[in-house]
Amino acid sequence: MVKFTINGKAHSFDGDPAMPLLWYLRDELAMTGTKYGCGMALCGACTVHLDGQAVRSCVTPVSAAGGKKITTIEGVDAERVGRAVQDAWRKLQVVQCGYCQSGQIMTATALLAANKNPSDADIDAAMSGNICRCGTYVRIRAAIHEAARALT
Amino acid sequence: MADDYSSAIENEPSGIVNVSRRRFVQGLGGLALGVYLAPLMMGRASAATRPGHAGFEPNAFVRIGTDDTVTVIAKHIEMGQGSYTGLATLLAEELDADWSRVRVEGAPADVKRYKNLFLGVQGTGGSTAMANSFEQMRKAGATARAMLVSAAARQWKVSPDSLTVSNGVVHHPASGRQARFGQLAVAAAKLPVPQEVRLKDPKDFTLIGKAGLPRKDNTDKTDGRAVFTQDVKLPGMLVAVVAHPPRFGGTVKSVDASKAKAIPGVVAVVPYSGTAHTFAGVAVLAKNTWVAKKGRDALDVQWDDSHAFKLGSDKILAQYRQAAAKPGLIAHQAGDIDAAFAQPAKLIEADYQFPYLAHAAMEPMNCLVRLQGGRCEVWNGEQFQTVDQATIAHQLGLAPEKVSITQLYAGGSFGRRASPFSDYLSEAVAIAQAAGKQGVHAPIKLVWTREEDTRGGYYRPLFFHRARLALDSAGNLVGWHQHLVGQSILAGTPLEGFGVKSGIDATSVEGAAEPYDIPNRRIELSTPRNITVPVLWFRSVGHTHTAFSTETMIDEAAVAAGKDPVEFRRALLAKHPRHWGVLQLAAEKAGWGTKLAPGAAGEKRGRGIAVHESFNSYVAQVAEVTVKPDGSFKVDRVVCAVDCGLAINPDVVKAQMEGGIGFGLAAALHGAITLKDGVVEQSNFHDYPVLRINEMPAVEVHIVRSAEKPTGVGEPGVPPIAPAVANALFAATGRRIRKLPFGDQLKTA
Ligand code: FES
Ligand code: FES
Repeated sequence: MVKFTINGKAHSFDGDPAMPLLWYLRDELAMTGTKYGCGMALCGACTVHLDGQAVRSCVTPVSAAGGKKITTIEGVDAERVGRAVQDAWRKLQVVQCGYCQSGQIMTATALLAANKNPSDADIDAAMSGNICRCGTYVRIRAAIHEAARALT
Repeated sequence: MADDYSSAIENEPSGIVNVSRRRFVQGLGGLALGVYLAPLMMGRASAATRPGHAGFEPNAFVRIGTDDTVTVIAKHIEMGQGSYTGLATLLAEELDADWSRVRVEGAPADVKRYKNLFLGVQGTGGSTAMANSFEQMRKAGATARAMLVSAAARQWKVSPDSLTVSNGVVHHPASGRQARFGQLAVAAAKLPVPQEVRLKDPKDFTLIGKAGLPRKDNTDKTDGRAVFTQDVKLPGMLVAVVAHPPRFGGTVKSVDASKAKAIPGVVAVVPYSGTAHTFAGVAVLAKNTWVAKKGRDALDVQWDDSHAFKLGSDKILAQYRQAAAKPGLIAHQAGDIDAAFAQPAKLIEADYQFPYLAHAAMEPMNCLVRLQGGRCEVWNGEQFQTVDQATIAHQLGLAPEKVSITQLYAGGSFGRRASPFSDYLSEAVAIAQAAGKQGVHAPIKLVWTREEDTRGGYYRPLFFHRARLALDSAGNLVGWHQHLVGQSILAGTPLEGFGVKSGIDATSVEGAAEPYDIPNRRIELSTPRNITVPVLWFRSVGHTHTAFSTETMIDEAAVAAGKDPVEFRRALLAKHPRHWGVLQLAAEKAGWGTKLAPGAAGEKRGRGIAVHESFNSYVAQVAEVTVKPDGSFKVDRVVCAVDCGLAINPDVVKAQMEGGIGFGLAAALHGAITLKDGVVEQSNFHDYPVLRINEMPAVEVHIVRSAEKPTGVGEPGVPPIAPAVANALFAATGRRIRKLPFGDQLKTA
């Protein structure tokens, strides 16, 4: 039995502990904001936070979440940084198809939680694991700066 | 779009368990009448009679609820290109609606009401969504407005002319009376539909052309609530993860499913057959994706490759080279090409190679189907609704109206979800049928993993171009002879008639040598018939390769003539003011002709330009690059000018240019699908890299002010970027790149 919280709610899981967190969230809990894009930690679409750290849930077994706090896109607005990132995303109209954007927002939130005023180079370094095939990168950069401004 | 999950849905007829009902209303109970441009269906409006949806449904495109909500029905898919926002803008403009109360819902598959007026089928492609809807959606809005005004006039016993409308409220300024749309909806629904309505003078537009109008999908896509095919779950649904044959055209010889079936949670193992255009394979069905994938990975399948395609990219290319050396079919001809090349003062010869490209949308291909009670229900984000409807109906032996399609968001597509053979949808149906024969009757959601998606074919075709240019002694470009070799996208498809004439597929040659005024010109095409790799349109289609050869060769010609590339083009564009307009604008904004700031020690910098028309829009881009001593390089900045006629949503236009540049750069820098003995060598983003944020240049977009009709923006941002960057790399290094992707070519000495 693995116990953890998801967006502040206690959960316990007694299925196959090797199951990736991504599929537990999506298929068992119907929390579908977290997306599948590659299954190999190559695209970032599945990014969630484990105790505030951005992780790729497609390669994170549920067992690795034991005793930890999981935050997903559905709950990221409970924290100030996450809310600021989402606001900035909306203000600058970052989204196109939207499929990658949960992951982008989760990675950006973790970046801003650790680095209040990232440079373009910091952003590129932190965000280069998140693919956006629609090419919204220009606005992602701008929105992260915007969120950083709003948070100061 | 502020529905929440809690409103879901025990009593929803379609039975979706995890998404909100209002997004999935199907079989519109109120029978919206197609009043516009559908003469057979002219008639009176009908009040919406669905419970909970009392209100006003004057036509197929809008519904107004008693709660003031204006629901726009979108006949075009939203795959990121902003169609939902654009369609809603057109309708809301003429309706004088309150933008914050406008929501958008995908239309069901119904060719009578929702066909693309340019394509004749219900579908989205060729960057036509706004252009074909421009009048239709405005008329729909104006008609609804007229009826709301009539309703108010009757109630208040005043003349309709004495009323004004703004922000979803009808006013009678003389008396100060006013009513919201929702208060008038029921009365309006009882009125006859006016046959003639006046549209606004463009100078009175308040939403069309407005900067910063919020996208309609902005909120849902930032909080994880937007629903894609990948996200839909029906009661009892099974997920299908599949094994495909390693080669196109392979079939299943035998399956040992014992290991897969031993995995707890695997419900069934289902071999299914394909067609000439769809995969055969073996599906593992389970309640969750991970179990289904584990089951698939545990399968032991023997494939029959006896009829499969077995050539490699090298062999294909060698064949194309040979074909280019022989005469092809003549696609365009002007002047006397032989005379032009008899004694040229300068001759430029160049060969170009373009690999297969996978669309690699972030949402891999998938499709949910339910076969039940002599019907087939489909949930999908797809570009060709009524083509798919017809294909599936044929496959199942059903009448088309027995196949319903619920249109969802697509997580990108770039052409991949516009499949003339409905390949992945048909595959989902085939699996559901085969499962039914095993006694497994359940909704089936086929999900391709990234690996199936990358190897799934329907690529941008591999192309080879051979070109020669002749300049006279004054440096005038007097001869252009180009031979293109590559597979036809349209030949053999149900859409062949749209674009194949006398053996020439227009999508193979579109944009070649265009639009330059060259007195002697010949464009030839060879279309190999023995190469049967599935190919498809890929964002900007033929322009993906023709713009590259055209715009880099023009650059070469300018250099050979000793002229500035912009000035050189000017003379050849005298009859093409819109090309020249964007070219000039991009050049000016980029500071063309000024010196670039130098790079660090040992770095070389360069600037390159390209202009191209596609889908009736004109785009020019200036790229600035920095090349390091080791030959690696970075695109620092791109300045883009676009003339797409009237810009309905300037912010969406900008976003499409930015995204088009990113998408085009991915292909330019990295994109290549290669075959070895018929087997695709790539599988996921490690070996099929796409653009990442650290490679994305700063982008500046300038929109030409225009009163022309709106034209496409989804695709036209793509073609100029690769040649602009190649020209910039030449300016920096003196080296020409003619083989795509660029990869490490500048690293080799
Ligand atoms: S799905 Fe996890 S990184 Fe791509
Ligand atoms: S918005 Fe489409 S993949 Fe990022």
